[in-house]
Amino acid sequence: MSSTLGTMLVLGGLLAAAFGAVVGIEGGLRHRTGALKIVLGAVTAFLLCMLGANLTMVYALVTHDFSVHYVSQVGSRATPLVYTVVSLWSALEGSILFWGAILAVYVFAFARSHRNDPPTNPLLALGTMLAVGVFFSFLIAGPANPFGRVSPVPPDGPGPNPLLQNHVLMVVHPPMLYLGYVGMVVPFGIAVAALLRGQLGDAWMATLRRWTLIPWTFLSVGIVLGSWWAYAVLGWGGYWAWDPVENASFLPWLTATAFLHSAMVQERRHTLKLWTLSLSLGSFLLTILGTFMTRSGVFNSVHSFTQSEIGPTFLVFLGVVLVVSIVLIAVRGPLLVPEGNLGGVASRETAILLNNLLFAALTFTVLLGTVFPLVREAFSGVRISVGAPYFNRMALPLGVAILFLMGVGPSLPWGRASPETLRRQFLIPAAVGVAVLLVCLAAGLRGGLALLTFGLAGFVATVTLREMALPVRVRMREQGEPLARAVWRSATRARRRFGGYVVHLGVVMVFVAIAASQSYVVHTTATLRAGERFQLGPYTVQLAGLRNGVDPHRRWTAAEVDVTDGQGRHHLLGPRMNFYERSTDPIGSPAIRSAAFEDLYLTLLAFDQNGPSASFNAWIFPMVSWIWWSLPLFVLGALIAAWPERRRARADAAEPLSVPGKARSPGAAA
Amino acid sequence: MNPTHRNRLIALTALLVAGAGLAYVAFGNIGQNLVFYWTPGEMLAQGSKAYGPTIRLGGVVQPGSLRWDANHTHLTFRVADSDKPGAASVLVDSRETPPQMFRERIGVVVEGTFDKSQTFTSSRLMVNHSNEYRPPKPGDGPDRWKTTVSAPTAEAR
Repeated sequence: MSSTLGTMLVLGGLLAAAFGAVVGIEGGLRHRTGALKIVLGAVTAFLLCMLGANLTMVYALVTHDFSVHYVSQVGSRATPLVYTVVSLWSALEGSILFWGAILAVYVFAFARSHRNDPPTNPLLALGTMLAVGVFFSFLIAGPANPFGRVSPVPPDGPGPNPLLQNHVLMVVHPPMLYLGYVGMVVPFGIAVAALLRGQLGDAWMATLRRWTLIPWTFLSVGIVLGSWWAYAVLGWGGYWAWDPVENASFLPWLTATAFLHSAMVQERRHTLKLWTLSLSLGSFLLTILGTFMTRSGVFNSVHSFTQSEIGPTFLVFLGVVLVVSIVLIAVRGPLLVPEGNLGGVASRETAILLNNLLFAALTFTVLLGTVFPLVREAFSGVRISVGAPYFNRMALPLGVAILFLMGVGPSLPWGRASPETLRRQFLIPAAVGVAVLLVCLAAGLRGGLALLTFGLAGFVATVTLREMALPVRVRMREQGEPLARAVWRSATRARRRFGGYVVHLGVVMVFVAIAASQSYVVHTTATLRAGERFQLGPYTVQLAGLRNGVDPHRRWTAAEVDVTDGQGRHHLLGPRMNFYERSTDPIGSPAIRSAAFEDLYLTLLAFDQNGPSASFNAWIFPMVSWIWWSLPLFVLGALIAAWPERRRARADAAEPLSVPGKARSPGAAA
Repeated sequence: MNPTHRNRLIALTALLVAGAGLAYVAFGNIGQNLVFYWTPGEMLAQGSKAYGPTIRLGGVVQPGSLRWDANHTHLTFRVADSDKPGAASVLVDSRETPPQMFRERIGVVVEGTFDKSQTFTSSRLMVNHSNEYRPPKPGDGPDRWKTTVSAPTAEAR
């Protein structure tokens, strides 16, 4: 029943998408006004089919209908309800199905918000997005069909991957990443429409920018949550390992971030059009590459669940998108004539251009390290991987340079800066940066790269806060507004600039947290009998004993650990090992004592019930939780920047703020 | 050639030079940071080429080869191509506490370096997990580590 219904819905979605894609692109090229209505119908049908197929699968999962292929793979009667629903995206076929639903929602949202626009651009964009929809529904209907029938019907299933039912973060992290990945389809469609028409107007550029910001936000949140999950669940004592799958999510984030910056240059100076569009196309290509790497099993990692048949299909699709993109850029690109030029050397556009080059370089090096083993194995059959030192050595200098530019760019005016302006803009922030550096040195911190990062962070934070405070101060002085209203007004009148700076503050936090947690980590391993203790930094760790327990879907053994911190306070920690019925191997759960400035991180490596004794891996990570605490800033900044403006507010924001003595106006940061 | 064109040419040349430099540095760095996946037999066949680079050595723990030192902090064992007697094997020296699953005959992956003394110094010891949660099939030999090295709890990333 579920099998048949699901398959029919997917096929219906395939039909709707194919029909809409053809009508949309044809209608867009021939400027058919009436076609938009038809395409809107196709989009709605696609949405209903995809949502229906997903609901059917959730229903089959919840009712334990093991005659459905996917349920027989990931379902289990012992799994708690939440994880049963979540197992929709816990394995390959289900996650592609879920992907299709998100795609449909995005396309529908885009169609709704542009249904009253002049139809040519929306038609081309929707046609392109639906063409991507055709590929995904084909994938669901064919190579990755989750609705296949199983016979004989098994009485029970293995349950989802134990790692994925170990932590509540698993409920939110994958949807966030999918929302980020899939959302890149929309800017892709918009960019393809601009190239097909051979023109990129201001309104369409604003559309492109807004629809990039949305998936960018989800991608940022997804990446940070993913690193949090790796830290809190996997227990290998870190949050980022340059795993191919992590890189897969990082690469489109890099190009999308570069886009958000170059879009400002395009908006102000009407140049870099083709480059900006290429970044949009590139972001989508990288998400498809990322999906291919994550889902096809070419890499062995936590995320590749099974070897699957979808690899070749994906590779073909990737090739098609790549060829289409290159052809479009080559053939239609020259039509996008720059209408302005860049300003002087010391100007904001130069800083952004440099920022883009750095992001491109970072994308290149990460991409190279990620696909190098694949290419090498394909050609010579030697199985290798690229070690984390490569990524660290390449990415750290580029990252530090990007951090530096985050302070330089916002300080520079558009156009041309006089030496006098430069001196005034840089004097105080540079002094703050040096002061931070000296304070860190005086506090006994060592290590060149970490100290450099802290100093630069001080510099960037000062610049950012000053740029945020400046319009507030002007308002308070000239309009006599109270502080709260002045903050509210200056934030709402120049949303994108203000939001951008909030995000910059979050990025500074991440930089500081990474530098501190990487440079000043302390690690040890120890084997203790009950009553014995070891010392790590200010902490005394004592093993009290072992405790066993049973949950419905697993058994576990926890080490009861009494931790005494530097102030003599006691904390009870319980790193444990979980034994899942269907899994031969235990899955560890680390125990983390988190404080504002450092985490104590304990994992149980091995235990012996006789004795009893236990072996531990123990780390102190300074400031690591600041990485996750940056999340609210990312979300808040993106919300401020992306919040739909009313028409009046938009007209207001277009006028330059009267900031005396500054050649600057709002709308600077996207 | 007008100034705009000249500027563009200069910018393009600068970009190309920068790109080439980046590619050079990147490839150089990759070359130094490769991790090789070998079985004991494959590694020994490399001869002196195996001395130096980081290696992930996969095989099974040879029965009867486990030795702890007096303080129980230092472990040596032999990793072999298979658990048949006479299979190629390498002596491994590990200072790390092995994970719970560690025992004779189990599939392991050790990461570290090999040197002239014919000892493999391990910096990381991973027990070979199957990441497809099912009982092993009869045909699953120890060479399965090649396709299923994924044991995040045992630090295999």
